[in-house]
Amino acid sequence: MIKLENVNKYFGKNHVLKDVNLEVAEGEKLVIIGPSGSGKSTTVRCMNFLEVPTSGHVYIDGEELTTKNRVEMVRRTTSMVFQQFNLYPHKTVLQNLTLAPIKLQHKSREEAESLAYKYLDIVGLREKAEVYPSTLSGGQQQRVAIARALCSQTKIILFDEPTSALDPETIQEVLDVMIKLSQENITMVVVTHEMGFARQVADRVIFMDDGTIIEEGTPEHFFTNPTHERTKLFLSKIIR
Amino acid sequence: MSGNGPFALFRWEKLFESWDQFALGFLRTLEVAALALLLALAIGIVFGVLSTTKSRILQGIVRGYVEFFQNTPLLIQIFFYYNGLAMLGLVLGKFAIGVLGVGIYHGAYVTEVMRGGIDSIHKGQAEAAQSQGFTYVQTMRYIILPQTVKIVLPPLTNQAVNLIKNTSVLAMIAGADLMYAADSWASYTLNYGPAYVVAGVLYFILCFPLSTWARHYEERLKKQGVQKEVKEQKETNVEVAV
Repeated sequence: MIKLENVNKYFGKNHVLKDVNLEVAEGEKLVIIGPSGSGKSTTVRCMNFLEVPTSGHVYIDGEELTTKNRVEMVRRTTSMVFQQFNLYPHKTVLQNLTLAPIKLQHKSREEAESLAYKYLDIVGLREKAEVYPSTLSGGQQQRVAIARALCSQTKIILFDEPTSALDPETIQEVLDVMIKLSQENITMVVVTHEMGFARQVADRVIFMDDGTIIEEGTPEHFFTNPTHERTKLFLSKIIR
Repeated sequence: MSGNGPFALFRWEKLFESWDQFALGFLRTLEVAALALLLALAIGIVFGVLSTTKSRILQGIVRGYVEFFQNTPLLIQIFFYYNGLAMLGLVLGKFAIGVLGVGIYHGAYVTEVMRGGIDSIHKGQAEAAQSQGFTYVQTMRYIILPQTVKIVLPPLTNQAVNLIKNTSVLAMIAGADLMYAADSWASYTLNYGPAYVVAGVLYFILCFPLSTWARHYEERLKKQGVQKEVKEQKETNVEVAV
């Protein structure tokens, strides 16, 4: 479904991704963990070309993603949920959900709205359809953002630290929605520090540090029997 | 007010007998200002958007335009369109020169206002749009520019005020605008005092409501910002209380 081949990324002289190779299967739930600055966010951002790799190749469904085809391909294949939600503040919740389907997929307003209500039901926020995002709590905003991603009906959803900006008491409501989603045949790539979520949902966990993939495996392997010292150290710090 | 002073009563009477000349000039000033403002907005929006692209070439072109027109006197620009272009064989009407000259000059300022407005929108907004598959132009049109409206409206209104006043340079090329009407009537009748006072009052009538509105709007925005913060504070408190 997604394939990164020898992907390198420099920010100026800073080498943030070092020859990353990674494949994600269709329907797979992949969790990427690692300390801040390890390149995990940059890795997912390369999957929809929010960051264009300095060198290397990105394939979605066997087709190479390039700066030429990225708008059309991203529209068709991937959606993203951000740490800061990034809802459109000048639009209501419903308009946030229907904007892309109407403007980009040329759905009728009725069609787009019934789709929006369907996904608002899934995230449990149907009654908030007519309000503006600024009136919602962080957890609610992120659930709306997830519904917005679902409205694009892409096979891939990328999550870039979706709970890192949330108050502790609202993290679970977002995780619950993501757990619900994980039962669907959606390919999910999730950058997170939520180890409980990783354990419950992930098919595979990747640990990154200093721009490279240090270790990968099933959650069981990861949390009971990690091989690398660096992984052990990280997990000992994050799991208290 | 009596005798033969610059503001003597008979001078005012003369002026009001010729009120139609002032009215025509006023109308011409309005027309030039309205069209020049449209032109300046069109230039400003397009160039403001171009200046925020990643293309160095586009940025450079916009930079050159802004610096050139902001740092040379409007009057020289007007003389260039009037005399310079004519010598090159391109003769423009005075009305067209007014619209183009003032519009292009203020377009440079509007460009800067728009650039500032676009830059002030959090970059996550453009990223969200890009992640949904919006093109750059669509992102600007549906997501970024609508959010800049509130921010740019006060400075744009101030630009509109400056633009109205600057249409008075047309008097220098006999542009049939309000300033020219006042000036030519004054030098013909030698009633300088009332002529300039009335012209000034007419400009004031156009500009004062605009700048007042802009100030109130800006203050209201600031208050709303404060209220929103207070509301958020309350909501957090409620959550904690629960």
